[in-house]
Amino acid sequence: MGIEQKLGNLGVVTYRLEDVVNWGRTNAMWPLLFGLACCAIEMMSSQAANYDASRFGMELNRPSPRQSDLMIVAGRVSRKMAPVIRRLYDQMPYPKWVIAMGDCASCGGVFNNYAIVQGVDEIVPVDVYVAGCPPRPEALINGIMTLHESIRGEKLDKWN
Amino acid sequence: MGLVRTPARDNIQELTVEELRAKVGTGMEILDAEEHMLLSMGPQHPSTHGVLRLLVELDGETVVNLAPDIGFLHTGIEKNMESKRYLQALVMTDRMDYLSPMTNNMAYIMAIEKLLGIDITPRAQTIRIILAELSRISSHLVWLGTHALDLAAMSVFLYCFREREYLLDIYEMVAGQRMMVSYYRPGGLWRDVPDEFVPAVRHFLDFFPAKIADYEALLDRNPIFLARTKDVGVISGEQAVAWGLSGPSMRGSGVDWDNRRDMPYGGYEQYDFAVPVEQEGDVYARYRCRMREFRESLSIVRQALDRLKPGPVNIDNHKIVPPPRAELGRSMEAVIHHFKLWTEGFCAPAGYVYHVIESPRGEIGCYLRGDGGNKPARVHFRGPSYVNLASLPLMAKNRFVADLVSVIGSIDIVLGEIDR
Repeated sequence: MGIEQKLGNLGVVTYRLEDVVNWGRTNAMWPLLFGLACCAIEMMSSQAANYDASRFGMELNRPSPRQSDLMIVAGRVSRKMAPVIRRLYDQMPYPKWVIAMGDCASCGGVFNNYAIVQGVDEIVPVDVYVAGCPPRPEALINGIMTLHESIRGEKLDKWN
Repeated sequence: MGLVRTPARDNIQELTVEELRAKVGTGMEILDAEEHMLLSMGPQHPSTHGVLRLLVELDGETVVNLAPDIGFLHTGIEKNMESKRYLQALVMTDRMDYLSPMTNNMAYIMAIEKLLGIDITPRAQTIRIILAELSRISSHLVWLGTHALDLAAMSVFLYCFREREYLLDIYEMVAGQRMMVSYYRPGGLWRDVPDEFVPAVRHFLDFFPAKIADYEALLDRNPIFLARTKDVGVISGEQAVAWGLSGPSMRGSGVDWDNRRDMPYGGYEQYDFAVPVEQEGDVYARYRCRMREFRESLSIVRQALDRLKPGPVNIDNHKIVPPPRAELGRSMEAVIHHFKLWTEGFCAPAGYVYHVIESPRGEIGCYLRGDGGNKPARVHFRGPSYVNLASLPLMAKNRFVADLVSVIGSIDIVLGEIDR
């Protein structure tokens, strides 16, 4: 300790590979810049000044699916929009996660009718469901933290 | 409801640009299929303000032709409302134009009140006006933030959302929800505003003018903003009227019309306010119009707060308005009314009404047909965004793609209302 540290001879830190990689995956997760309906406004709120999603390394929303690893399905998914969402999901490189934000994306919400897909999990695999119509920014942040929690527990053989 | 739940993946199919061209083709002729490039802009695009898809025909970087392809957010709201009772259908209107739910509530509720032939109390009227104007401000804040963000001014977005949070807190205070308020009810309001409401709004009136000055300082003389808004997306007054534009998009072209002043509803005739009109008809004129509307809305709210007198917020007719909770323990009548209202709802007479109000985006009209039962037989909305979007090809033709982004922002569309 002392002068050696300043000289750069830091020695070796041992850590589990799983933990390091999962730590890296959670702390700079770039969401896809993609909003559907009312929830998208709350998603914008959660990224704006008051709730500040950049605390989680998420301030950078990428409009291109190629550069993003988290899809937040914010809003109701209509039958016309469903193939587009599927294609966006397919275009995202692994590892990728999906948050179904709000009741409509989770289960159809108040719209049990011909036009709305009853839950986006019919199209893409969903990791976290956030309830609310629309969920408050705090709820979305809670969903994101829940996702982080589950990623931190991922095992090597489950990586993709 | 006995809807069969069909897995979506069985019947999803995606349109190619060629198929889309064939479908949209009725509204758009391809001028030169050999030389020009066809571009599908959206539905996932940061500056189409939702899930709008534009089919753009490009000559180099110039837009020679374009057609909007809508329906990516079609929700079946109007059809769904037919299967719900009058009061239950109210929640659908919140989710239509989600930037100003109070205004949608107001159009729908005032149509019901017209059909029932009831008048509301002065206090309810005043509170409705205060909240409608606050919702105009919060809607314009989202417009300003996203419009400026499209034109590469990120800080405006952060500031606008900061102020909007304050308004959402006020909504939450009165209605218990930040966005989907459903606060206006037939015959008045859900309940009276809490005591903190008036001081909170007064505080907003105090600090917000300085914030408007901040936004203007950031944008009004910003050379990038000016270069991308001045003389871009010009539409003349005659064209604006011919294409049915309304709201600030029309007033930016020198057409002096505002439903609040010219077809007053809900007590607006008692208020003294100016209608901002700009002559140029470009994106910058529409921007100026909305910025001036901020101040006019503040003035209306200020006048309304001064008029706010104590009193009942709901009419005394318990066939329509549920009786207060305290009465349920005392009066058998009240229990019966309460039970009937929450199990069956009220019945409206047969007939149809159309009611128009001024939403932040323009003229929102609600057509309501009753058949004597407790559910509306037909509800239809005249959405301002839908009509305003139709003039997009006119404004954006023969301009660069970058200008198209600026024009989309300036007409302030909400896809939830377009597709319904």
